Amino acid sequence: MCLAVPAQVIEVNGDTATVDFGGVRRNVNITLIDSPKNGDYVLIHVGYAIHRISQEEAQETLKIWEEMLKE
Amino acid sequence: MGGNAKGMKYFFRDNGTALRIVERIKALDQPARIMHVCGTHEQIITKHGLRTLLPENIEVVAGPGCPVCITPVKEIDEAVYLSDKNIVATYGDMLRVPGTSISLAGKKSAGGDIRMIYSPAEAVEIAKKNPDREVIFFAIGFETTAPMTAQILLNSPPENFSILCSHRLIPPALDFLLKEGIGIDGLIDPGHVSTIIGTHPYEELCNKYNMPQVIAGFEPIDVLMAIYMLMKQIRNHEARIENEYTRFVTYEGNTIAQEMLSKTFKADSREWRGLGVIPQASLALRKEFENFDARKKFDIPLQSDETCDQACFFCANVIKGAGRPKDCPNFGENCTPDKPIGACMVSTEGTCSIAYRYGTIVNQR
Ligand code: SF4
Repeated sequence: MCLAVPAQVIEVNGDTATVDFGGVRRNVNITLIDSPKNGDYVLIHVGYAIHRISQEEAQETLKIWEEMLKE
Repeated sequence: MGGNAKGMKYFFRDNGTALRIVERIKALDQPARIMHVCGTHEQIITKHGLRTLLPENIEVVAGPGCPVCITPVKEIDEAVYLSDKNIVATYGDMLRVPGTSISLAGKKSAGGDIRMIYSPAEAVEIAKKNPDREVIFFAIGFETTAPMTAQILLNSPPENFSILCSHRLIPPALDFLLKEGIGIDGLIDPGHVSTIIGTHPYEELCNKYNMPQVIAGFEPIDVLMAIYMLMKQIRNHEARIENEYTRFVTYEGNTIAQEMLSKTFKADSREWRGLGVIPQASLALRKEFENFDARKKFDIPLQSDETCDQACFFCANVIKGAGRPKDCPNFGENCTPDKPIGACMVSTEGTCSIAYRYGTIVNQR
């Protein structure tokens, strides 16, 4: 029920945006987040974006894990 | 996720990384009983057999983490009643959950007007298309799902639209469980609830109950990493809130959503199925929105005072993480996903349903 899925922003149109879920496109409501830019990743839950990150921020996680495993 | 992100997804499931984390966990050699409170976490743990990767002395139990499972019989009865004369719209997961005498699915085949929706925006659309009917959105879910209900209320829904509010809140429920004492050494906190509320609401629980906590994401490696972080805290006698899911959770959370929530809802004390009334762990509509409150708009008779019907006596144990599905005499015998007795078997995120579908891994341990 609380499942949310990441998708990439293709185009922003006011309160909604077209996003891409690995091939499948959908319109989602973006009024719960600061307006995203094309190419950003957004986390989608029941048709609404609930969080936005840039590609670089997504890659950051991978680095953090590597650091933790090095310790 | 497209292009580059596919690589990321691969990394999150990479066996080599998983095994490195497991080696670290083993090296700590720390016995612990850990609880998570999220149906999606249970699904990942069971589906990927993560329990079998962990050393024998680490037990991971599922707490009350499925909003469908903890919606009490009474509130299902309310929705069933309202569907007699009006349109009731709700998430598909709710349809098969048993009420006192019938589920919404049962009511639908008996002529109740019940519409399954993916997004609450669709409920508003149904109301606009049916101006001569009353449309009630049966709103369930935790902090992840409540902001969408708030967003709708703040955008002038039509007059023939109302909300049967069954939203619930996670931190007060954790407080309730920890106060009761459930014999756990650490908590895995739910990632997407935390996307909305941030990491800070858990700090109080760390201090009050000396409870180590880690917020985890939803890939197998997220969960293993969270367990490793938790085991380190337990080993070092620390009790902090740590965030494993940094890609989608921040300290302050989603402040736009939080603001919408506080404008539309106030905390209320209602029942959780299997747990009784939990103080301040539910949401109710603020007075300003009472025109859209189905409980104010309609005179809904109380069908049953029962906390839970006889048939699902063991569900309460499963919901609290005190019992495993396999210990229930009904599990797999009288109670299966096709013929569920209790709510934990109904929802795809119910602990019993997951145990049944992904089978043996849970049964063995
Ligand atoms: S197997 Fe069925 S009756 Fe037993 S605890 Fe699970 S849902 Fe309840």
